[in-house]
Amino acid sequence: MNPLDYDFMRNAYLAAGIVSVLAAATGYFLVLRGQSFAGHALGHVGFAGAALGAWAGLSPLGGLIAITAAGGAGMGLLGSSLEERDVGIGMVLALSLGLGLLFLGFITHSAVQATSLLFGNILGVDRATVLALAAIAAASLLSLGLIARPLLFASLQPELAEARGLRLRALSVAFLGLVGLAVAASAQIVGVLLVFALMVGPAAAAQNLTVRVGRGFALAVTIAVAQSLCAITLAFYTDWPVSFWVTALSTGTYLAALAAR
Amino acid sequence: MIALRFDDVTISAGGRRILEDVSATIRSGEFVGVLGPNGAGKTTLMRAVLGLVRPAAGRIEVVERPIGYLPQVRVSTAAGRICGFDLLASGLGAARFGLPWISRAQRDEIGRALALVDAEALAERPIGSLSGGERQRLLLAQALLGRPRMLLLDEPLGGLDPRRQHQVLGLIRRLQQELGLTVLMSAHELNAVIGIVDRVLYLGGGHAALGAVDEVVTSPVLSRLYGAPIDVVRAGGRIFVTQGARADDRVAAE
Ligand SMILES: Nc1ncnc2c1ncn2[C@@H]1O[C@H](COP(=O)(O)OP(=O)(O)OP(=O)(O)O)[C@@H](O)[C@H]1O
Ligand SMILES: [Mg+2]
Repeated sequence: MNPLDYDFMRNAYLAAGIVSVLAAATGYFLVLRGQSFAGHALGHVGFAGAALGAWAGLSPLGGLIAITAAGGAGMGLLGSSLEERDVGIGMVLALSLGLGLLFLGFITHSAVQATSLLFGNILGVDRATVLALAAIAAASLLSLGLIARPLLFASLQPELAEARGLRLRALSVAFLGLVGLAVAASAQIVGVLLVFALMVGPAAAAQNLTVRVGRGFALAVTIAVAQSLCAITLAFYTDWPVSFWVTALSTGTYLAALAAR
Repeated sequence: MIALRFDDVTISAGGRRILEDVSATIRSGEFVGVLGPNGAGKTTLMRAVLGLVRPAAGRIEVVERPIGYLPQVRVSTAAGRICGFDLLASGLGAARFGLPWISRAQRDEIGRALALVDAEALAERPIGSLSGGERQRLLLAQALLGRPRMLLLDEPLGGLDPRRQHQVLGLIRRLQQELGLTVLMSAHELNAVIGIVDRVLYLGGGHAALGAVDEVVTSPVLSRLYGAPIDVVRAGGRIFVTQGARADDRVAAE
């Protein structure tokens, strides 16, 4: 039984590979900036958007992208006034899930849709979605590459960056907007609840394994891609959910990286 | 030669006047200690020199450029896993868009700055694993990138024990003399910098007084600064500044 014999498996591998690169690339900066929680929260906000989109008859991916990108940019605008308020973020998180549930309730056959939104449905990805994900990833990675240099400086030394005339707020808005896109893409693989495992896990593991920025970045991307491809393969042979394997591998890698430190 | 001049500078923030009519002229190659209690405006003054805060009135003339800056709040804690070398590298040409590659020349420039403060070995370790004094040395190297003519060091002695304070101060003094730099260094503890700095810029009550320690840190000058009686006591080579007996409330209100 060769997984590559199946069309849906080939799509799944392609989509997972593409999304993992984007997730790990943005995730690396997310961890560097200590904003992991923001990524997690954006996933939940995205759930409400996707459910609203599904209810309104739009594509869930479209609704998801619109709301996570806007949510990310909004977080960037609010800036530090939001960052330290984990209660505030937690409330938004809970409200988003509630709203998502409400919108899904309006649709008759919501259970399947809810599960795939919450926990992902990579094996159901079609060729059109793969192409859409590739376009999102290409655009996001290009933008990230463009702001990478000032973003790195602003992340490591905000005061100094400000003193050199960097516009921290604008950078933060742009970056979290990109995180929103990455969250929307990641949700296609692991669902909105588990984007953490794809975005933050590999980056955190990589930062435990090397003190160099370049190497850490490359390592995060490598781990994320390997983790997703393995997860899909394991799911194929065990018939267990892909998302379970992603979270298991992500946690395993992180623990191994901690132990190796 | 003049390095930096404040001309009747008034700075407001959040609707309050933080500094009022500050005039001072700092000469090239001078080591000036910026002193004053918490909230006196030391950080604000430095940010104004950098152009990050615009004076409400008056003029700041910066002659010695470029400026190397060591901010008071320094490295984001999340970044503790990154090595010192990459921390320094992140600041090179960072205003430009693109990927954070650095050139061979920039690599050499980082090496030169690290060598000046003897921190080559430190630069390979994650920042989070450095002691306070080691981190200060690394960040001093950072301030030296780009061959500055003037350094603004905001509380480089903060959180260090007296022995480390002494070492870091010695290092700053040596760099200042070897490279002919103008240095403004803020500090809380007057006694730590006596005998090392050339002059002090004392901030208090929104005003400033510049001069040698013996001229500035005196009861009449500080009392005039605060607009309230201040006692200055000298004992055993150390100086103690206290509020005058009957003016406690008024000084505390500053
Ligand atoms: N952006 C701002 N908005 C409102 N108030 C401000 C702002 N920046 C500074 N202040 C106030 O200005 C005063 C001077 O602050 P500053 O940070 O310059 O003091 P400092 O001398 O550096 O103190 P410390 O020794 O604690 O570092 C403080 O009372 C502070 O609260
Ligand atoms: Mg200060």
